[in-house]
Amino acid sequence: MAIDCLVLGAGQEVGKSCVVVSINGKRIMFDCGMHMGYTDSRRYPDFSLISKTGDFDNALTCVIITHFHLDHIGALPYFTEVCGYRGPIYMTYPTKALAPLMLEDYRKNMDRRGEDGQFTSDHITECMKKVIPVDLKQTVQVDKDLQIRAYYAGHVLGAAMFYAKVGDAAMVYTGDYNMTPDRHLGAAQIDRLQLDLLITESTYATTIRDSRYGREREFLKAVHNCVAAGGKVLIPTFALGRAQELCILLEDYWERMNLKVPIYFSSGLTIQANMYYKMLINWTSQKIKETYATHNAFDFKNVQNFDRSLINAPGPCVLFATPGMISGGFSLEVFMQWAPSEINLITLPGYCVAGTIGHKLMSGKPTKIDLDKDTQVDVRCQIHQLSFSPHTDAKGIMDLVKFLSPKHAILVHGEKPKMATLKERIQSELGIQCYCPANNDTVTIPTTHYVKADALDAFIKSCLNPNFKFSKSSSVDKSYSGSNDSKAIPGLQVSDERVAEGILVVEKGKKAKVIHQDELLHMLGENKHEVQFAYCFPMRTERLEKTRSEDLPSADDLLCGLDKCTLISLLSTKLSNELSDGNIQDLGEQLQVESFCLSICLKDNCPHRISDSVQNDSEVVFCCCSWSVADEMLAWKIISIMNNYTLPLEGRLQVHI
Amino acid sequence: MKFTCLRKGGGFHFPACHMLNVSGFRILLDCPLDLSSLAFFSPVPVAHEAHKSLDTDSVIRKKQKMEKALDANDLVHAEPWYKTVKSLHLWDASFIDVVLISSPMGMLGLPYLTRTKDFSAKIYVTEATARIGQLLMEDLVSMHMEFRQFYGPEDSCFPQWLRWEELEVLQYEMKKIALGKDCEELGAWMPLYSADDVKDCMRKVQTLKYAEEACYNGTLIIKAFSSGLEIGTCNWTINGPKRNIAYITNSIFVSTHAADFDFVGLRGNDLIIYSDFFSLGAAENMENDNTYFDPVASLNFSDDVNNLEEMSASLLKDDESTEEMEKLAFICTCALDSVRGGGSVLIPIDRLGIILGLLEQMSVLLESSSAKVPMYIISSVAEELLAFTNIIPEWLCKQRQEKLFSGEPLFEHAKLIKERNIHVFPAVHSPELLTNWQEPCIIFSPHWSLRLGPVVHLLRHWCSDPNSLLVLESGVDADIALLPFKPMAMKVLQCSFLSGMRLQKVQPLLKTLQPKLVLFPKDLRCKIQISEANTIFLYSESETLRIPSSKNSTEIEIATDLASKFHWKTLKQETITRLEGELFMDYGKHRLLSGSHPADSKQQRPFVHWGSPDSKGLLTELSKIGINGTIKKVRDDTESESAAGVVEIHEPKKAVIHVGETGTVIISADENLASHIVKAIDIVLDGI
Repeated sequence: MAIDCLVLGAGQEVGKSCVVVSINGKRIMFDCGMHMGYTDSRRYPDFSLISKTGDFDNALTCVIITHFHLDHIGALPYFTEVCGYRGPIYMTYPTKALAPLMLEDYRKNMDRRGEDGQFTSDHITECMKKVIPVDLKQTVQVDKDLQIRAYYAGHVLGAAMFYAKVGDAAMVYTGDYNMTPDRHLGAAQIDRLQLDLLITESTYATTIRDSRYGREREFLKAVHNCVAAGGKVLIPTFALGRAQELCILLEDYWERMNLKVPIYFSSGLTIQANMYYKMLINWTSQKIKETYATHNAFDFKNVQNFDRSLINAPGPCVLFATPGMISGGFSLEVFMQWAPSEINLITLPGYCVAGTIGHKLMSGKPTKIDLDKDTQVDVRCQIHQLSFSPHTDAKGIMDLVKFLSPKHAILVHGEKPKMATLKERIQSELGIQCYCPANNDTVTIPTTHYVKADALDAFIKSCLNPNFKFSKSSSVDKSYSGSNDSKAIPGLQVSDERVAEGILVVEKGKKAKVIHQDELLHMLGENKHEVQFAYCFPMRTERLEKTRSEDLPSADDLLCGLDKCTLISLLSTKLSNELSDGNIQDLGEQLQVESFCLSICLKDNCPHRISDSVQNDSEVVFCCCSWSVADEMLAWKIISIMNNYTLPLEGRLQVHI
Repeated sequence: MKFTCLRKGGGFHFPACHMLNVSGFRILLDCPLDLSSLAFFSPVPVAHEAHKSLDTDSVIRKKQKMEKALDANDLVHAEPWYKTVKSLHLWDASFIDVVLISSPMGMLGLPYLTRTKDFSAKIYVTEATARIGQLLMEDLVSMHMEFRQFYGPEDSCFPQWLRWEELEVLQYEMKKIALGKDCEELGAWMPLYSADDVKDCMRKVQTLKYAEEACYNGTLIIKAFSSGLEIGTCNWTINGPKRNIAYITNSIFVSTHAADFDFVGLRGNDLIIYSDFFSLGAAENMENDNTYFDPVASLNFSDDVNNLEEMSASLLKDDESTEEMEKLAFICTCALDSVRGGGSVLIPIDRLGIILGLLEQMSVLLESSSAKVPMYIISSVAEELLAFTNIIPEWLCKQRQEKLFSGEPLFEHAKLIKERNIHVFPAVHSPELLTNWQEPCIIFSPHWSLRLGPVVHLLRHWCSDPNSLLVLESGVDADIALLPFKPMAMKVLQCSFLSGMRLQKVQPLLKTLQPKLVLFPKDLRCKIQISEANTIFLYSESETLRIPSSKNSTEIEIATDLASKFHWKTLKQETITRLEGELFMDYGKHRLLSGSHPADSKQQRPFVHWGSPDSKGLLTELSKIGINGTIKKVRDDTESESAAGVVEIHEPKKAVIHVGETGTVIISADENLASHIVKAIDIVLDGI
């Protein structure tokens, strides 16, 4: 059994996330994104690798989309409406609600850029109709064998990691996630699962970030300084996600500082998006959720719609304009107007793809930017780069991988050299096999598989009871060399061997059975044959003669009993001092350690005596021992302790007399 | 498995309550309160009324009471107590392991449980039910405050009305409420819990998402699927190592607001506990019963998807939601007639779905008929409850979810409140209400028992107005409920709403779910035909059913990498091996995985031997490893067979082996020699 993992996109790069996983006969496509940096066929994943004939319905069991960002969902309408995939598509409720807005916004921009959009508005609507929405942690039975489940991923509203399980094999695909909570979303959350494979994003594979509060303060200070000086602030963002987060931040700040400067949203889109956010408040952070009844955090008081005529209106303002990265559209229009003035501020939140103006502004401090052959913009305004990101940092990735401890890990959605570093860390620090395949590569990993057997009740019941074995850790050296962090504590080691009493029985043509060892003989129709050891050995005593001479003949029997008890308790004290393992029981006339049983033997011709070991009869006491095979080692250890021991009898016995 | 029905359900407001024993765990299904017994008490009296009742000579009054018809004075004038499930208090709360709550109504008695000492059960509730249930409980506590303020703090912990002398002389109807039909329910009365009890209860609740898998103790997997009754209400599946159980209670196939009854999610369970007691429609359409299923189609039932779709379609075919919508429309027209006639409308209905539906339909109707009548919602929790319905799309029906996807609010009321067509106030004495007050008006307010909450005051205000209209749910005993407000000139409209599955759908549903066993209420058995394919156990109140286990083995999964390391031994027919590794219980599955300490070689020696040893054979084996000896026959006092004997070892050291029929004893002073002898015996005997 194996999992085949075909990376169609986001292999050693960021953009067009798409991984097709074959797992026990099921084939799942995780994400179906587009690459923002390309405008030709390279922007979509190469779907022909899934099915040469284009029969995607039979080639795929289902499609799972993690969140509404275009590099995760951008190719979906193309895949369903143009390529003709008609099978089930799963995404969370917020993703289903918000994805059409993103797709529509993108499509409009493409039209404006005069490119072939490849999918139409109707395509988006039709595509979204096929989507089955899921709730977090809802366990969805896609078909008889395939089970999927969404876990909270932070990142953007509705972002989820997906767990998929077929038979005994299980995996998680994270999509993008954030391990620390931000202004409006909580941190990613997942159960401890038994996984064969984890596919994780690695955007910040080597970056470690400090607290975001410092950065937030920095951002607010920059904005405040600018508007206080009468400048205009341009924040180019995409309609969903970052815009809402920054808006909550600004709204909060405006309230506290009692600022009256208007905050604008460039298009109705963002205002409309807020409507969705209000309904989906359950998917935001705990803090925002708690206050929904009295004040919904997405009811922005200071936010207004922007009108083109306001671009050159006097006075300070803050403007959120789409699209992000200043890749065109309205944000570019405003940029051209505001960039030449020193008092204005442009704040760039988040990642900018190479080729966009945002990318140029972020790399170095250009004074002039060429838009095309004829247009050139003087850039004199201040530029502030917002360095908090909704992606997890390297520590977060390591934490997640460590927490889930999958048997294998695959890195996607990152930059090649950084991924290689992270891969090394995962392999060396966590001992987990890790891969970072390039686009169109396939990684095959083995999966766990279980043999099924019927266990009878006696076995299950015996396993419910602890069966502790205590032993002195003899392998201190070994464990030191084995692992550095877990230092072996010398002393008692406890092992709990519960299943060792179970016997697995396989008969031809029947299902394997697990029975308890007591049931075995009955099942086989055989009789048990007990194999035991016995040894009656002499023990030296001190001045036994003297005590004997003081015995009163009439009380002989009684004294023998006393003798025995005293001897046994002496031996038992001795043993418990010398013996680390085993449960020593003093049963009066008998001493028992596990199956080892010792009693004082007064018979002259005990059958368990070996004749040549007889010494001077008067100075020894015979100990008759018997034990079963299981305790062989223990028994010999006890006997050797006894052999080196001389019973100090005199004082004690006299007290009794 | 054991099943005890503590109380069979009584419609929407009083769901059933059962106790279940699975895999050694005790599971309580729902913990409701019988709020209909509130009718026993008088609502907070108006001053002069109270005096009258206190002055009367009690003995004469009581004598008369037995004979004459019930009137308002017969109600108990005291701070009300509340009736819990009658035999739940007989169970030790600390022995309950799991509590499953199916609906907000099934939660109202929960604080009584959670506040008991040593209560430690895990309580699973869907997140929507938890929220709504909490609001209902808080509302109940706040409405009850009015009584407490009126009567003052209780002087004794045992109220006067609960004394036997008082109960004895009660009229029949009243006695029935106080003692129950079989006079067993006296012990169920409890004073109301406090707001702190509610808070504490909510802290102990574990909320679940839709169809989220909760794993209890690694053994039971518990999942909630929507039941269609109300937002957040659910049916449960409980999967243990030996049994898969589905618990079905008050389910509605097609809802106008909540997520539909998800019966597909309940498939694949071998035991169905059917606990739905909606039987108002029992008498109707019974002859139609057979037409729901084409007998041929049901004979050829197979598991394939098409067939499932067909089945589902036929279950959903007879759409009850249209009927429910028509009922709402009818109420709306009655209300409109009333306000046109200058009367007000009072709707003390506490079903969220009905209120939401009425609000939407009513506002449309009012607008279309251009009647300028305000709608008031008066309840301490209304604002929060209404806000909550607009942020829980996951638990709403498909049409409402579509609204989310097209960016519209899930329910209209948010808009209506903003446009000031609906006004929400926390109490009748809210200053905003007093300044806004306008008659005629339409008022939604709790409580349906007509004993608690704002409705009491409003009803007193309007009860003598023949133009006004009171809309009641049927199921409420109107005669007793309206006693304190007599004489009533007000019009009363009683309307029944669907609160569960119609009986004729039971059989098709069971066909779809294909359980092996069905637990079915005894009193409904005669009204329904269930095919012989399912084994049916009939249950009735306060009886414990023992359901025999279908299999006496448990499936265990052994990791292949571990299994390949086993040391197999081949016998005549079977191959056997001793197990190694560690047994885990994870998500209801027994799994044998390789342990952290790999077994060392010395443990591979057999511990259990069988077969009969042969002394000669043993001697031969011994001589192969350089141990020599002679066979010495035992004395012939026992009729020993050939196998029995004594082997004396001379070389390399002295040792004796007693070989018997059932056992062998090795006597040796030398460790090394002894272990060699055992090895030889291992060869001669079978062992593992």
